[in-house]
Amino acid sequence: MRNTITKSALLATGLLLSVQSLAEPTAEALGYTCAGCHGTNGASTGNAIPSLAGLSEGYLINAMNEYRDDGRLSQIMGRIAKGYTDDQIESMATFFAAQPVHSNINQQFDDAKARKGEKLHKKYCESCHTAGGTDPEDDAGLLSGNAVLFMKYTLADFHDGSRSMPKRMNKMMKKALKKDSNALDNLTNYYGSAK
Amino acid sequence: MSKQNRRSFIKTLGLGTAAATAATYTPFAIGGATKKVVVVGGGMGGAVAAKYIRMMDKSVEVTLIEANKDYYTCFTSNEVLSGKRTLADIKFGYNGLKDHGINVVIDKATGIDADRKKVSTASGRSFAYDRCIVAPGVDFRYEKTPGYNENLANTSLPHAWKAGPQTQMLRDQLTDMKDGGVVAICPPPNPFRCPPGPYERASQIALYLKHNKPKSKIIILDPKPSFSKMGLFTGGWQRHYGYKTDNSMIEWHGTPKGSDDNVISDVDAKTKTVITGFNEVKADVLNIIPAQKAGKIAHVAGLTNDKGWCPVHGDTFESTIHKNIHVIGDAAIASPLPKSGYAANSEGKTVAAAIVALLNGKSAPDPTYVNTCYSVIAPGDGISVAMVYAFKGGKIVKVKGSGGLTPGKFDTKLREREQYYGYSWFDNITNDTFG
Repeated sequence: MRNTITKSALLATGLLLSVQSLAEPTAEALGYTCAGCHGTNGASTGNAIPSLAGLSEGYLINAMNEYRDDGRLSQIMGRIAKGYTDDQIESMATFFAAQPVHSNINQQFDDAKARKGEKLHKKYCESCHTAGGTDPEDDAGLLSGNAVLFMKYTLADFHDGSRSMPKRMNKMMKKALKKDSNALDNLTNYYGSAK
Repeated sequence: MSKQNRRSFIKTLGLGTAAATAATYTPFAIGGATKKVVVVGGGMGGAVAAKYIRMMDKSVEVTLIEANKDYYTCFTSNEVLSGKRTLADIKFGYNGLKDHGINVVIDKATGIDADRKKVSTASGRSFAYDRCIVAPGVDFRYEKTPGYNENLANTSLPHAWKAGPQTQMLRDQLTDMKDGGVVAICPPPNPFRCPPGPYERASQIALYLKHNKPKSKIIILDPKPSFSKMGLFTGGWQRHYGYKTDNSMIEWHGTPKGSDDNVISDVDAKTKTVITGFNEVKADVLNIIPAQKAGKIAHVAGLTNDKGWCPVHGDTFESTIHKNIHVIGDAAIASPLPKSGYAANSEGKTVAAAIVALLNGKSAPDPTYVNTCYSVIAPGDGISVAMVYAFKGGKIVKVKGSGGLTPGKFDTKLREREQYYGYSWFDNITNDTFG
C-alpha cells in the first residue's frame, strides 16, 4: 500500500517522469499503451470501449485482477491483463485514477428512454452509484457518460448471470425490472445521455 | 480577453521559455538552447510520437514533415471496399497536432544528413534536429512482380495497400464489375504491413458481393502456406461465404514451403490475367499487393539493411546504423511486434518517452508495448488478436501468458461485441493520434 501512495504522490506532482532508471515501465508509459483502445489518458471517444479516466485505484485493480484470473467475462481484456504483474497493474491504476473523470458526450440516445432511466437510476442505483455514477469515490465504476454499448453489455451480463453481482445490486435490479420491464434499456439510454 | 486572463497568459509564456530572459516571449527563439525534434512521416507512428513528445515536455520544439495534407488510415480501409464506410470516414488532417504546438510542414523529406543533423525537403528547406524520428511506413518492391509496376498501380491495377485514391479506385472497380465476375487478390510474401489485412479485405469484398453480385467469386493466390488469424477467418468464411463448399464465394490457394504454386510469375495487365507457378487466373478486378520494404526516405538516409528494413535498438528505437535517428512503425525491424497501426502507436509513445528523457540528460525509461488488432469478417462477426510485449535481455519479447486470438468457438454475443469493440478501437486510436 505504501508503494501505491508513493507512486500517487509522485504522479500528482509530475515527478514520476523524472525518476531515473526505473527497473519497471513508468505508470505513464503503462497507461499510454492503453490509449489506442481506451482513448488518450483513458478518455474513450468510442461507444463500446469504456473510459478508464478517473476510475478509482481500487476499482481498476479489482477489474484487472478479475480479468487476469478469468473471473470476469472478457472480450479481450483477459488476454491483455495476463501480461501484467501486480505492481504494474497498481501502477497503471494510479495513472488512470489521477486523470479527470471523462464524459463521452457525443453518443446517440433516446430522450424519452433516458428520462425514464434517470428516474430508475435515482430510485434503484443512486445509493451506491452516486452522482449518476460519476463519483469515483464510490468505487463502483463510472456509469453516466461512459460508453453506452459497454453499459448495455455490462447490464446484460449482470442480468443473465454471465457476470456475478453483489447481493444488493441483484435485489435492486430485480426491483427495477419489476417496476419497468425495459429498465435496463432505459438506464442505458440515461447513462448515454450525459452532456 | 480579460485583463486577468491576459496576465496569466503572459505568465504561462514566461514559464515556457526556459532561459527566461525578458527579451522575448517567443518560446522557440532562443538560439541553440531549444531541444528540437524533427519527425519525418505523419502516419500512425510519426503523428502519435510528435503529439506525445509535446504532451510529455512542452519545451521540446517538434516539427512534423509529411508529404500529404491528409492521412487515410490503412486499417479499416477494407470497409470502404464493402461500402460500410466512405473514404471520407477514414480521412484525418493535421489541425489537431497543430493545436498541440507541433510545427506541421506539408512537404516531402528528400534527405537526412545524419552528421549535420538536418532533414532536407523537396521545396528546398532544411530542418535542424537534436533527435530525428523516421516513420515512413512501407514502400513497394514492384520489381518482384513481373508485369506489374507503380504506374499500373496508380492507373488500372490498384494495390490499395496505402489507403487513399487507390482505395476508391478499387471500390469503383468492384461496383462496376458484372455479377459473376472474378476478383483476384494476390497477398504479398512476409514481412508486410498489416498481416491480417489481405484476408479481412477478402471478407469485406465478399460481404459486398454477397448482397450485390452473388454469382461472383474471390480467388486468393497466396505465396504463403498460411496466414494471420487463419482459423478465425476460414471459420467465418464457412459461416458467411460458403467456404469449402462447391459454391464458395472465396477460394484460397496457398503455397507450400519451397514451392512456387501461387507465386506470381507474370501479370498481363491488359487482360487482368495473373500467372503463378501453378495457376492462371483471368480476373475482372485484379488486386496485387506487392512485396514490401521500408519507406523510401529510410533507404535514401541509409537506415536500411540488405533486406530493405531498418534495424533499431528495441528499447529506444534508435537506429543501429545512425545515431540520433529513431525509426518506428512498419519500416522498423521490431519483431515480435507486428507491422500494425497499434504497434506503431505503442512504438511512437516509447520513442517519445525515450527522446524526452535523453534530451533532458536522463536515460531512457523501460519500454512497454501492446498490440491489438480487430477485423470484421461479416456484420456480427468481429475477431481480434492482442499481445503485451516487454523489453528483456536486450530484446523485445512477448509477455508469457498474455495475448492471443478471439476464441475459435463461435459465440454470437461475443462476436457481435467484438465488431463494436473494433469500431471503438478505430475511434480511439485515430483520436489518440490526430486529436
